[in-house]
Amino acid sequence: MFQATPVNHRNLSRQKLFRFLFGSMTALLILPVIIVLSTLIYKGAPVISFEFLFANPTNGMTAGGIFPALLGTILLVLGALIASVPLGVAAAIYLSEYAPNNWFTRAINIAIINLAGVPSIVHALFGLGAFVIFFRFGTSILAASLTLAIMTLPIVIVATRESLQAVPMAFREACWNMGATRWQTIRRIVLPNAVTGILTGVILEVSRTAGETAPIMFTGAVFFLPFLPQGVFDQTMALSLHLYVVSTQVPEMPEAVPYGVALVLIGLVLIMNSVSIALRMYLRGKKKW
Amino acid sequence: MQVEQQKNQLAINTSKLNLWYGTFQALFDIDLKIKQGIITSMIGPSGCGKSTFLRTMNRINERLDYVRIEGKVDIMGENIFAPEVEILQVRKQVGMVFQRPNPLPISIRENILFGHSIHTAGKTSKTEAEEIVESALQQVLLWDKVKDRLDLKATALSLEEQQKLCIARLLPVKPSVLLMDEPCSALDPKGTEAVEELLWELRGKYTILIVTHNMAQARRASEECIFMLMGKVVEHRETGEMFLTPEHKETADYIEGRYG
Repeated sequence: MFQATPVNHRNLSRQKLFRFLFGSMTALLILPVIIVLSTLIYKGAPVISFEFLFANPTNGMTAGGIFPALLGTILLVLGALIASVPLGVAAAIYLSEYAPNNWFTRAINIAIINLAGVPSIVHALFGLGAFVIFFRFGTSILAASLTLAIMTLPIVIVATRESLQAVPMAFREACWNMGATRWQTIRRIVLPNAVTGILTGVILEVSRTAGETAPIMFTGAVFFLPFLPQGVFDQTMALSLHLYVVSTQVPEMPEAVPYGVALVLIGLVLIMNSVSIALRMYLRGKKKW
Repeated sequence: MQVEQQKNQLAINTSKLNLWYGTFQALFDIDLKIKQGIITSMIGPSGCGKSTFLRTMNRINERLDYVRIEGKVDIMGENIFAPEVEILQVRKQVGMVFQRPNPLPISIRENILFGHSIHTAGKTSKTEAEEIVESALQQVLLWDKVKDRLDLKATALSLEEQQKLCIARLLPVKPSVLLMDEPCSALDPKGTEAVEELLWELRGKYTILIVTHNMAQARRASEECIFMLMGKVVEHRETGEMFLTPEHKETADYIEGRYG
């Protein structure tokens, strides 16, 4: 009565086939990550030292450290975050909580998603025209940060909007039915429960921002600076551009240096992300419904 | 004077209340006089307009911009559609309890204090807050059960306790009317019994209007009963009478289970 029939056998072997198919696709995706990371560590780790991280480059960048580029990237990422997170979160709150659900709102939402698909070189030219020239910020940390901020705004807006919409409608209705205003509802209930999702957006943004090269080449990052930036109107070096330079532009570059720079860049992104991941885990521990 | 007194005895008084969702008319000429301080139940098949009527009483329906309302609704003798009326005050005075318990994802204490805090300027002293929490939870017979774990997430309570909490959190702002939209349909028989017991405790202090699909509940837990059908009020009488000798054939069919 309970023996397998031919139909069972057929269904089960199909099930095994698909399981294998999906599993191998996943393996195929993880493989490049492992290869890239292990190559970077194998070839780049030997050059990583205190001096490499915290000294200025010397001998036409073939020796010394990469501190100006490291600091530059941190400043650019922080600058972009400071500009884009408040703006993006505010816009997302409006779109998700206040805007009427009509064709205009939907058009704006589609436009935002499309904005994420604009090539970064186009953002670079926009940043050059708008911030460097029109607002007269010059090629500077400020102009480069703002360009990066514009480029990553869609990430923040979409992540925030989605996490706001993941907060159950029943909570909002409970508040409204007690006579709470929209803002009281957002401030007291919706936002605290959406914070983890917003932080996910910030993590994505950090990764994207730190690695971008094109948008900052025209707006604030330079190949080489003999001194550290003194303010937001100064130019700066940056890891991503530095990686490009040491990989392609400098003759007689020791082979390990580009790998070292790439490793530092990835490490920096990981460290910055782990701060928000830790914060997210802490906040998630507190939320339950 | 006579008229004035009579008016004050009515918690809800509607006349010629009509409501449309877009082009669909959900309520037809509703004339209801619901007395103060008693429990009134509303029965009728799904889609007959019970919930719509409830949601009109605290003006939450108007959030939907395709809703159109005509007619008059007086609550505690005051027209809630008068131009000088603030919707937020209507919702404070007319509390709503939902089918699915929906405590906010904050602690039990914060749930109770939420309504109070959104309607109060400035900070509430700690002792006052404690009093509010205790009194509200006492009223819903939940105090002894949860007094040692007020900082627990409200969503961790059992469904029955959550529903009682949802009733309790309305009380600190001293509403005059409590609307309940099938408050027991997500609860098991024991939870249902507990909530019904609570309704009798709250009777007198608050006017309670409860929508239910459960005939036995309407019979047990209300003093007057309204039967609605297709957006119209068919019968509104003392509950015992309605169940014993329904005036209309539709009412008789419905309460005997031949309809809906």
